[in-house]
Amino acid sequence: MNYNYGIFAALKFEMMDLLKKVESEYLTQDLPEFAAGDNVTVYYKIKEGNKERLQPFQGTVIQRRNSGTAETFTVRKMSGGIGVERIFPVNSPLIDHIKVNRRGKVRRARIFYLRERTGKKARIKEKRN
Amino acid sequence: MLGIIGKKVGMTSVFSEEGKNIPCTVIKAEPNVVSQLKSIDNDGYRAVQIAFDDVKEKNTNKAQVGHFAKAGAAPKRRIHEFKDFRDDSDHEIKLGEEVTVEIFNEGEFVDVIANSKGKGFQGVVRRHGFAGVGDATHGQHNRLRAPGSIGAASFPARVFKGMRMAGRMGGKRVKTMNLQVVKVIAEENLIVLKGSVPGHKGAYVIVEK
Repeated sequence: MNYNYGIFAALKFEMMDLLKKVESEYLTQDLPEFAAGDNVTVYYKIKEGNKERLQPFQGTVIQRRNSGTAETFTVRKMSGGIGVERIFPVNSPLIDHIKVNRRGKVRRARIFYLRERTGKKARIKEKRN
Repeated sequence: MLGIIGKKVGMTSVFSEEGKNIPCTVIKAEPNVVSQLKSIDNDGYRAVQIAFDDVKEKNTNKAQVGHFAKAGAAPKRRIHEFKDFRDDSDHEIKLGEEVTVEIFNEGEFVDVIANSKGKGFQGVVRRHGFAGVGDATHGQHNRLRAPGSIGAASFPARVFKGMRMAGRMGGKRVKTMNLQVVKVIAEENLIVLKGSVPGHKGAYVIVEK
């Protein structure tokens, strides 16, 4: 390794690499790309007794935060006129799969302003390629 | 009791099969070397001394160089003695033998010894878990985190030894017991333990079982 940051910084990088190596085994490989503003459906595994079923949760991603195994994302939806937010760990083995329904065009990484808006004002423009 | 000296790398988290996020500490323990076998004839007691972390020979005094040369090893920075260093097998420990992270198995419980992070001068609430005064009002003023009474009056007319008071906290040798081994990565000499471990990143830690 040839970092030009001095020996202590180099050691720090080396240790971070080791942490990433430990984490890498626990990361989900085949996740679709998604970011704040996208409308997604998360299929979450629920155990009832000894039966397992998938529970879909559809809504808008309002943020992604942290990295590695600690990375989470928040999905917001309106349920009967009440806003519901749910936080999922991105790499949780309980997430069966994630479907991206619509890509949203937003200017920021955390669209918390959606919380103050309802109805037509809460619309997000679709991103078209 | 088996053990190894390593360095704390840092903390992360992994997922269990049930989907639980487990907080973990990663310890890197490159192969230790058995640097001395203490015997009753020579030393008056039986023990196994292991050593870890190479030091340059020019930075080591000759006595130490000679000590490690007996075991056929380069000088090391840290040594530690174990009284009863063996597992269930009949394997006889030899001088100069390597001790690797493979002595640990997944699911086992281990203890970790290290110097804790220094916390500086701390009050009794943080240092000893006192509850403080509890009320901010009802006649209280500037004593929210005060210790309260430290003893009686003209009898015994002194404060008892060992009374818990404010003072330097941390920077002491601490043993954290019963940490579960989540994973052993032998190629990288890594041990992943569930939970936290005393000491800063890069601190020397002793893992024993």
